[in-house]
Amino acid sequence: MQTAQTAILSLPRAVGRSAIGALAHVGRFSLMLAELFRALGEWRIWLPRTMDEARSIGAGSLFIVLLVSAFAGAVTALQTGYQFQGNLPYYVVGTLVVESIVLELGPVLTALVLAGRIGARYAAELGTMRVTEQIDALESLGRSPMSHLIIPRVLAGLVMIPILTIFANAIGVLAGWWSAKQVLPISNGDFTYGAQYFWRPFDAYYSIIKAFFFAGAITLIPCYMGFNAQQGAEGVGKATTTAVVATSVTILLLDTLLAKLLLHP
Amino acid sequence: MIELRGVHKRFGQQVILNGVDFSVEEGETVALLGPSGTGKSVLLKHIIGLIHPDSGTIIVDDLNVASLGRKELAALRSTIGYVFQNGALFDSMTVFENIRLGITDEKCNRDASYCAARVPECLALVNLTPETAAKFPAELSGGMRKRVGIARAIAGRPKYLLYDEPTSGLDPVNADIIDRLVKHLAETLGVTSVMVTHDVRGAFRVSDRVALLSDGKIVLQGTPQEFLASADLRIKAFLERDFDTHSFAA
Repeated sequence: MQTAQTAILSLPRAVGRSAIGALAHVGRFSLMLAELFRALGEWRIWLPRTMDEARSIGAGSLFIVLLVSAFAGAVTALQTGYQFQGNLPYYVVGTLVVESIVLELGPVLTALVLAGRIGARYAAELGTMRVTEQIDALESLGRSPMSHLIIPRVLAGLVMIPILTIFANAIGVLAGWWSAKQVLPISNGDFTYGAQYFWRPFDAYYSIIKAFFFAGAITLIPCYMGFNAQQGAEGVGKATTTAVVATSVTILLLDTLLAKLLLHP
Repeated sequence: MIELRGVHKRFGQQVILNGVDFSVEEGETVALLGPSGTGKSVLLKHIIGLIHPDSGTIIVDDLNVASLGRKELAALRSTIGYVFQNGALFDSMTVFENIRLGITDEKCNRDASYCAARVPECLALVNLTPETAAKFPAELSGGMRKRVGIARAIAGRPKYLLYDEPTSGLDPVNADIIDRLVKHLAETLGVTSVMVTHDVRGAFRVSDRVALLSDGKIVLQGTPQEFLASADLRIKAFLERDFDTHSFAA
């Protein structure tokens, strides 16, 4: 009886603690954003570092992003062909491959892959810098960690992730086209006819807008987690895991939200 | 001049500093002693504004550190060199780039020829060869990393030098080298230094005055001789843990 009472009483406390914890995160995240905007004026510091970071993100992620999108395009084409064989004209394969890749698979798969690759790296790098006092050292030298560490990572991501998504879309469509031709009696003319039939220029903008928002999540959340890491190696590990999970969930939430806002306003 | 008045700090339920009064005069070297975990490093981080007090004031050069804005704090920090316990070197940068980052004057920092001359100069001051500049921190020994940390701290020609456990984790030979270096820098550069340490022998060797932090308060501030002569049981207990005071005094 007493145990049940204790459990009932401890529930609001636990909810309260979680709510306070969540609010503290919101507050710290907002402060980080405010600091970040304030440090944008120090372009002499962040610009060269942003270039290095952009090169690192672009060159380092291109292969895995193209690989994933190529497989996604190929499988989409093969499954579409299987499902609609004998029921719908073959040009529908072109429609489905292009629309699936550009509207959804290209940006979302790219973002999820980069959440693991870039997000984990950012959180681990900044977390290690925090627990080894490198961030404190930067501050002790009168330098802003925002302009030295955060802005270059965020801006590089905001520029490079949409570009990587464009490449992913192109390779995904080409791989789907090639796969469709291997298993279905579809001509190049059929595929391009289908691809253009339901195509709207807004589809491309939508894909890039999504990639831009995803880039914000992939860079800002891991940077925040790493920057606020605590308690040694365990803290860095926790920050990295939390960063990847939180970023992935945010990508999925943004995906739904943007579909509702932009496709069904 | 550095002055802390009634500084209180707690992390959660744990009281770290409980009304600390502490001062350092211009040009002197003060060693802040105390057992591990008593808040010596926390106190040092208050001086440079990396941690803000719950109450109390920290005055550096007539400025209240806790109430300074971002730019004023950055300007104050450029006059203070901070040597971190484990070096806190930026591991993705070479020694040259690490020390260059310590040149806090932006005009000098952008001047490649100034940096090319200043970095070897700082390395020489800490008894390291110019070839060290091309290495990465991971390629250095513990003692060398500490010395590079000191070189980075002095690169901006600071007025104050704050050392956080500069000899911890070093063998006696390297610890002696660092102690001599602290004394040498205080004499040649004329900087005001605060050295946090639990190495009593090293503290007595390099400092003009010694302070003991215990139970969140400064128990005593005085010369090494006053320290040895103190009848305070906390000081006696601390000294007896480290060495035979009579043999050292002799």
